[in-house]
Amino acid sequence: MGMQIIVCIKQVPDTAEIKRVQINPETGTIIREGIPSVVNPLDEYALEEAVRIKEKQGGKVTVLSMGPAQAEDALRKGLSMGADEAILLCDRAFAGADTLATAYTLSAAIKKIGRFDLILCGQQAIDGDTGQVGPSLAEQLHVPQVTYVNRVEIEGQNLRVRREVEGGYEELHCPLPALLTVVKGINEPRIPTFSSLAEAMEREIHIWTAGDLGAEADRLGLEGSPTWVVRIWTPEVRRNGQVIENSPAEAAQKLASFLKQKGILS
Amino acid sequence: MGIQIDKDKCTGCGRCLAVCPFGCMEVVERKAIIKEGCTVCGACRDVCEFEAVAIERGSSRGTPDIEKYSGVLVFAEQHQGKLKDCTLELLGAGKKLADKLQQELAAALIGSEVDMLCPPLFAHGADKVYLFQDEILKFYHTDPYAAAMTAVIAQQKPSIVLFGATTTGRDLAPRLAARLRTGLTADCTELEIEDESGLLMQIRPAFGGNIMASIKCSNYRPQMATVRPKVMKKPVPDILRRGEIIRIEGKINPKTIRTKVIQVIETMDQIVNLEEAEIVVSGGRGLGKAENFHLLEELAKSLGGAVGASRAAVDAGWKPHSFQVGQTGKTVCPKLYIACGISGAIQHLVGIQTSDMIVAVNKDPEAPIFKVADFGIVGDLFQIIPELTQVVREFKGDNGSGECER
Repeated sequence: MGMQIIVCIKQVPDTAEIKRVQINPETGTIIREGIPSVVNPLDEYALEEAVRIKEKQGGKVTVLSMGPAQAEDALRKGLSMGADEAILLCDRAFAGADTLATAYTLSAAIKKIGRFDLILCGQQAIDGDTGQVGPSLAEQLHVPQVTYVNRVEIEGQNLRVRREVEGGYEELHCPLPALLTVVKGINEPRIPTFSSLAEAMEREIHIWTAGDLGAEADRLGLEGSPTWVVRIWTPEVRRNGQVIENSPAEAAQKLASFLKQKGILS
Repeated sequence: MGIQIDKDKCTGCGRCLAVCPFGCMEVVERKAIIKEGCTVCGACRDVCEFEAVAIERGSSRGTPDIEKYSGVLVFAEQHQGKLKDCTLELLGAGKKLADKLQQELAAALIGSEVDMLCPPLFAHGADKVYLFQDEILKFYHTDPYAAAMTAVIAQQKPSIVLFGATTTGRDLAPRLAARLRTGLTADCTELEIEDESGLLMQIRPAFGGNIMASIKCSNYRPQMATVRPKVMKKPVPDILRRGEIIRIEGKINPKTIRTKVIQVIETMDQIVNLEEAEIVVSGGRGLGKAENFHLLEELAKSLGGAVGASRAAVDAGWKPHSFQVGQTGKTVCPKLYIACGISGAIQHLVGIQTSDMIVAVNKDPEAPIFKVADFGIVGDLFQIIPELTQVVREFKGDNGSGECER
């Protein structure tokens, strides 16, 4: 039957394209209009790793996302990269979910999918930057987790993984089924070919609603979220620094004096 | 206790015995019973196919007996018997919160043979240390640490729990929050207590650093947060300060630890590791090729700092990903960040904006990096950086200190 792999992905605003975020003063929410959406870059590494494992071991890759209807685009990208099936969890009841409620919703979907050997997630999403959904999902599915993974080898029913930690690496053994969150550098995600993109456009995306999941309603969306955003604002990142343009020797001297004055060079 | 076994549903299958991290379950007359030592961690409920185990936990209505939760608990991260700096920073931040609430500050110290770390925890502000020692806890593994923290939290019932936003804290905290069914806020840069409610206001950057968000967790306890290293200031230690050590008696069942660390590799190619460095010298596209990084390595060495790289430099293959600073790489918070040949895309700025001081060297006067720099030099980095290295070396030489203090 091969490896059954589930990849959880998120569609995010392409923050690299943002000059300055606008906040709607009335609702206190971010104005997303005009900001292009992309598959969370770190999730592409998870997708690529899943497809590579499948290509080596046989099996099936299911790509799963929770989001609005337009998140279908992200799932199609997953299909074009080699995923076999795509499921979108889409329901107003899911809206406003924090990481706990998101992971709960994903866990309910994965229980509905049934058997799995491996779940792969990107280390974090570039909009929320929390990195919490992966471990929370692992806990809710009662499987072991390894985070910050930059190498995966499959040894029968076990994984040998390398984890990027402060100042070095850890190598771990981890039994299957398991959940891994991966970092950039684990692989080089493929660029889908034109024909694979065209083919992905034709494929069916399964849409599951809250009713399909058989989940506890009070654990979904805003209602199921322990944390609430009270206020958001745009920080002033500009610093009023001096900018000089001198000969290299002079510039180096001036900078050194500045660092001495600030007590950094001592 | 908040855990019950429904004797009508229990079949005595014994699966819960196998997963209990504390070995405190037994099957008597074909029914599971819970013995002394239960931490209400929930492993038995999770594995029960017959839904015979019920735990009173949060629902949408929140955590029951919320008013019984009090005090601030800091996860005292240690590595091979040495406390991480972020632990001390968290004690400083936690003390302020505890004082404002007029509640106690405690530390959860988990490991093997780590008793000697209690005095520094007291010296930095802890009133109590919850000490959980077991040989099995020598290296960090998610499963036993989550079990040990659950035990500490069950005993102390803290209102607030803080972790460093390190690879350990960010691995452990979300697992634990899911188990306790409570809220968790990642990567906070500021924490305060709201005046009237006494709730923890958790402030963090999001959306690629484009926004700041203030988050609270009103109805669930504990209120949990990971805090970005080096943002909070370390308190001045008072070595005469004493506190109470509370030993948590518990033996973790080795069979419940699923992952196993087989090797720890310290990379030698970095003089100092990036996240902990006081000075970081980073290079970007402007360096042109991998070999040119030696200019930055020389400067970093003279300053006693570490070398980093922008996404462009990593994508070009000049440095491995472990060097990358910015959104899909590392967040740094040094005293001094020197950006060389880095234009300053928002995804890079996110990773450096909490640095005390930012210096930029770039040939393009319009580069966005200059907007966030405290000191900018427009010019050719290939000339400026060697000059600067020379000036620093001369200064250090004159000073006789050789290396910058860390």
